[in-house]
Amino acid sequence: MSYVAFADRDHEHEHHDPDTFITKYIWSQDHKVIAIQYGLTAIFVGLIALGLSAMMRLQLGFPNDFHFINPENYYQFITMHGMIMVIYLLTALFLGGFGNYLIPLMCGSRDMVFPYMNMLSYWAYLLSVIVLVISFFVPGGSTGAGWTLYPPQAISAGTPGVDLGILLMLVSLAIFIVAFTMGGLNYVTTVLQARCKGMTLMRMPLSVWGIFIATILGLLAFPALLVSAIMMLFDKTLHTSFFMPAISSMGVDPGYTGGSPILFQHLFWFFGHPEVYIVALPAFGLVSDLLSTHARKNIFGYRMMVWAIIAIGGLSFIVWAHHMYVSGMNPYFGFFFATTTLIIAVPTAIKVYNWVLTLWEGNIHLRVPMLFAIGFIFTFIHGGLTGLFLGNVTIDLPLSDTYFVVAHFHMVMGVSPVLVVFGAIYHWWPKITGKMYNETLGKWHFWMTFLGTYAIYLPMHYLGFAGVPRRYFAMGNTDFLPASAQDLNAAITISALFVAAAQLLFFINMIWSLVKGPKSDPNPWHATTLEWQTPDHPPKHGNWGHHLPEVHRWAYDYSVPGYKDDFIPQNVPADKAPAGRDHGGAH
Amino acid sequence: MTIALGFLAIILATLLGWLLKHTFNVAPWETETVSDTAHHGPLGGVDKTTLIALLTFLAVVSSFFALILSAYALRMDLGDWVPMTEPQLLWTNTVMLIAASIVFQWTRNAAVNGQTSRLRPGLLITGVLTLGFVLGQIVAWQQLQNSGHYISSNPANAFFYFLTGAHAVHILGGLYVWARATQKVVLGTADVAAVRRSVELCTIYWHFLLLVWLVLFGLLLST
Amino acid sequence: MPFAVVLILLVVGSILFHFLSPWTFTELASNWGMVDLTVDITLYVTGFVFVVVNLFMAYCVIRFRHKKDARAAYEPENKKLEYWLTGITAVGVALMLTPGLFVWAKFVDVPEDAHVVEAIGQQWHWTYRYPGVDGKLGEVDAERISADNPFGIDPEDPHGQDDVIVYNPEAHIPVDRPVKFLLRSKDVLHNFTVAQFRVKMDLVPGMNTFMWLTPTVPGRFEVLCEELCGIGHFAMRGAVVVDEAADFDRWLAQQTTFSEQSARAAGNATIGAAQYAVCAACHGSQGEGNAALNAPKLAGQPAWYLKRQVMSYKTGLRGVGPGDTYGQQMVGMVATLPDEASVDNVVAHIQTLPDNATVTTIDGDIARGQKLYTVCAYCHGGDGMGRQALNAPRLSGSSDWYLARQLRHFKEGVRGAHPKDYYGYQMGLLSQTLQDEQAVDDIVAYINTL
Repeated sequence: MSYVAFADRDHEHEHHDPDTFITKYIWSQDHKVIAIQYGLTAIFVGLIALGLSAMMRLQLGFPNDFHFINPENYYQFITMHGMIMVIYLLTALFLGGFGNYLIPLMCGSRDMVFPYMNMLSYWAYLLSVIVLVISFFVPGGSTGAGWTLYPPQAISAGTPGVDLGILLMLVSLAIFIVAFTMGGLNYVTTVLQARCKGMTLMRMPLSVWGIFIATILGLLAFPALLVSAIMMLFDKTLHTSFFMPAISSMGVDPGYTGGSPILFQHLFWFFGHPEVYIVALPAFGLVSDLLSTHARKNIFGYRMMVWAIIAIGGLSFIVWAHHMYVSGMNPYFGFFFATTTLIIAVPTAIKVYNWVLTLWEGNIHLRVPMLFAIGFIFTFIHGGLTGLFLGNVTIDLPLSDTYFVVAHFHMVMGVSPVLVVFGAIYHWWPKITGKMYNETLGKWHFWMTFLGTYAIYLPMHYLGFAGVPRRYFAMGNTDFLPASAQDLNAAITISALFVAAAQLLFFINMIWSLVKGPKSDPNPWHATTLEWQTPDHPPKHGNWGHHLPEVHRWAYDYSVPGYKDDFIPQNVPADKAPAGRDHGGAH
Repeated sequence: MTIALGFLAIILATLLGWLLKHTFNVAPWETETVSDTAHHGPLGGVDKTTLIALLTFLAVVSSFFALILSAYALRMDLGDWVPMTEPQLLWTNTVMLIAASIVFQWTRNAAVNGQTSRLRPGLLITGVLTLGFVLGQIVAWQQLQNSGHYISSNPANAFFYFLTGAHAVHILGGLYVWARATQKVVLGTADVAAVRRSVELCTIYWHFLLLVWLVLFGLLLST
Repeated sequence: MPFAVVLILLVVGSILFHFLSPWTFTELASNWGMVDLTVDITLYVTGFVFVVVNLFMAYCVIRFRHKKDARAAYEPENKKLEYWLTGITAVGVALMLTPGLFVWAKFVDVPEDAHVVEAIGQQWHWTYRYPGVDGKLGEVDAERISADNPFGIDPEDPHGQDDVIVYNPEAHIPVDRPVKFLLRSKDVLHNFTVAQFRVKMDLVPGMNTFMWLTPTVPGRFEVLCEELCGIGHFAMRGAVVVDEAADFDRWLAQQTTFSEQSARAAGNATIGAAQYAVCAACHGSQGEGNAALNAPKLAGQPAWYLKRQVMSYKTGLRGVGPGDTYGQQMVGMVATLPDEASVDNVVAHIQTLPDNATVTTIDGDIARGQKLYTVCAYCHGGDGMGRQALNAPRLSGSSDWYLARQLRHFKEGVRGAHPKDYYGYQMGLLSQTLQDEQAVDDIVAYINTL
């Protein structure tokens, strides 16, 4: 794929300003426009997935009160909810959205190095989303195999959407992976090759580090999903037996022999575990910059933070089988994977300490982005600590496949990254649009989301302790659960609907800001990083006008002793920032 | 999964070594004289940006094949595996692919040395050889089909079709780029520098796919 | 300030929730107390970190909140502090990991004296197999699975002949003896879980998995499937009954072995015809049913289903629910069939009766019924002919008033109320998806068209 771009690529620094509406906003090769396209599409599918989760919660909280939910579409809802949220929302939004917007601006380059390929990446992503959405409407509906798509059930009788549904799902994933690869090659090459003068690796903001390492993880891990998707397609359509063993499906022999469902699980989680960090590392990076900027203090232990990102990225490839402790794989693997999994807690804990220590002796401005950032630390601590339960092979015995797992991964991979997404949108909104939003509305949005989600997921852990299994359409009567478990489920549902409704505040705020919001200052948070120092506000095509910026310092020169301002932008030369000199705003 | 892990270990070790070199013993908060670490200039005749993108892409493709090989190794140990006899034609195909790689290297050297007259025959010969390889693979498939070795009859067969098919798709992707460059050369509309860059990158890609093929072929023969 | 207060309240609230929550681990009924201990260690270590880090963060937010003319400190890093924190974290992690690994080592190592029970999963039922007197289970093969040999046992294998087969979702095990559950699936992934035992493991088609435990408390414990196995996943329930040793031996002796099952004579329709005379009084001589007497059509229903229902009436699983007056009548009637052989005979006779069309008595919205039926079709088949492999009886061609009444009974818990009536319980769960009376009529109206 990359060759297409090699052959067609414009000369290095030639940037023709696109003049028609179509080339400016639709077939745009500008990384900022592509970022917004990625972002809007991701949020759109995310809203679909949010709607699906509301349906699931209705059934769980008030079983069988809603005639539009039956076991068939319930399993379709959980599958599509999971798949959309993990892949089509979070992966696309963090890398395609924030990655696209921030990498060139933060690194001081004019655009991605292969703008044409970047544009193709978005359109392929859109195509994958369209194929995914179509799968809702084909005969039999979308697949209901669970987002992990485990064979045999993903392609054998008894599962919804076992014909067209699963085929379209696999095809959509394959297209997504192509899209991601085109984007990912761009992000990596841009970070490596297109940084402006003076932007050494260790002067890069942590946002870029997080996105950079996450992209490398994605490039190496997504092939595992592609391989398993293709092999499953073969099993389904050509009747090979890669994953399909000899079975008696509903009394009928479908003719498979000897395949291994465990093989699929290995391939899937070889992708699936790094995928967690593909989402988490960009969130780590972005939140670091939010904390530092709004605490007016350098990020504490920057080097440790960089190495922690790298260490987590590397370790994420040797922990995958902790998703498979009770899968029937060789049980001796449990020792190895429990150990590696718990080791990964160490660099992760260091990141948490350093975020908190950044607040220590800071000058904390509790603006909307900062509220979300601190909220993230709280939820991430919670989700990270519950990970120590599940990663420890013994504790996984009672807790695996229960609501504890659901609560854990929603805390760590749902709530936490989404809080960062909101924080980051509020933080960079003035840069992207040139407008300010309503601070009060933003605070309301934060409080309702933060408290609401905690009310959903804290109790959910306890349902898991009690032994409520996940992926149950209805619990029915059991001997071992107290009747009050159903009341708790109802309460969780009410919290969930409340949180879903609270998201309206966000959209109202943003639309209001676009239509009527006041113009924002070019650097409203007095941040040091390059994207706030563009000559135009919001930045135009090519980002930097006639001259590329030159970087003279790291990204965290906040409250440096001896200087009047409490921040020194990265492009201010050492001798141009003497004590007492005023250089607020843009350069 | 050992194959995939071994492959990843190599990639990650390279990456880590490089990152440590650039990040260790650096105290970034100390403002120092500006040094330009991003390279834009050509290196060894090849534009470094496209080279890095290509190498990254090759890492992705390697990961893809390493994972299939891992699956191959795991699946092979299960009871129903019946080893397959590869068609003799694969030897001929292999020779063609090796020849294509050699000719591409020869063309590249000529392009780098400015001997543009060799571009046209070089590109055409490589293309014919590579196309011959792909057609040969299709004929080999045909032969297998005729002798009753269907994709669904045994996992060994399934992997054979999958591996050769995946490899052929990558070759076809390369041929697309080759076709664009060749078209320009044949029509005489070529910008010399651009064609040279294309040829250089294609050469790397061809060598890489030859290497992948040799690994695959070796594996298929030995199991 | 309010932010910090909220953070502190969340920490305090979480602790209170933890200690006041009635939703916690069920009472342990196996030897795996060590699992609970490992959980407790992790709870305390992580709880400590949760409280300390969050309170510290809340303190920072209060203490270093932006004030006019305030300025943050400048401290790029503090190596000593970072090394200390890394060290302490590593110790904490080791503290949690070490017991985990020790317990896992025990879990992996099955005691020599453990007796074996094979639990078999299929969509969406559990069945079990015990090795016979030779102590060995016979070879099985997915390709041998059929209606006559649901376990797929190799009839040539001598070890298989004495295998005890339990074709229902309830297993028995003796208390205080280690048991190794061998796990096998016929179709897709399943997972064998008893919450009170603490351990679980997936069933993977094409391979055998295992887990072991020593039950310590006699009683009945529910088995849940905890690996998504299709649309009926949530309704795949069973039970393990932990008996005193003597009770267990008595129970095991009553079960059928593979050779007994293979050797069982088919029912004799001629003898059955005589015994059917009693049934004919209500169900009609042709088994056509009689709505006025509340007797459904029998002809056309498969033998395995008829037999199971008669046996359910006989063993008190059916016709005992509150308000099931018609069922109670049947309990009295089946007493005329003294043993299993006579049941087989009557059922064999019913198989010879002509499957004539029934009279339609229920109207409904057929289009809506068809939509609702998509869920039913997973087990009963798109044509309503039923599937033995799923324990799903035939629906098409049945007395429609009877179908409607049974659906209502399932919904209201009149049928399927007995704790051992697993198939009834399952149908109870699924019938809940028909929310209103009209839905029952609509779906029956659609079944009438099949």
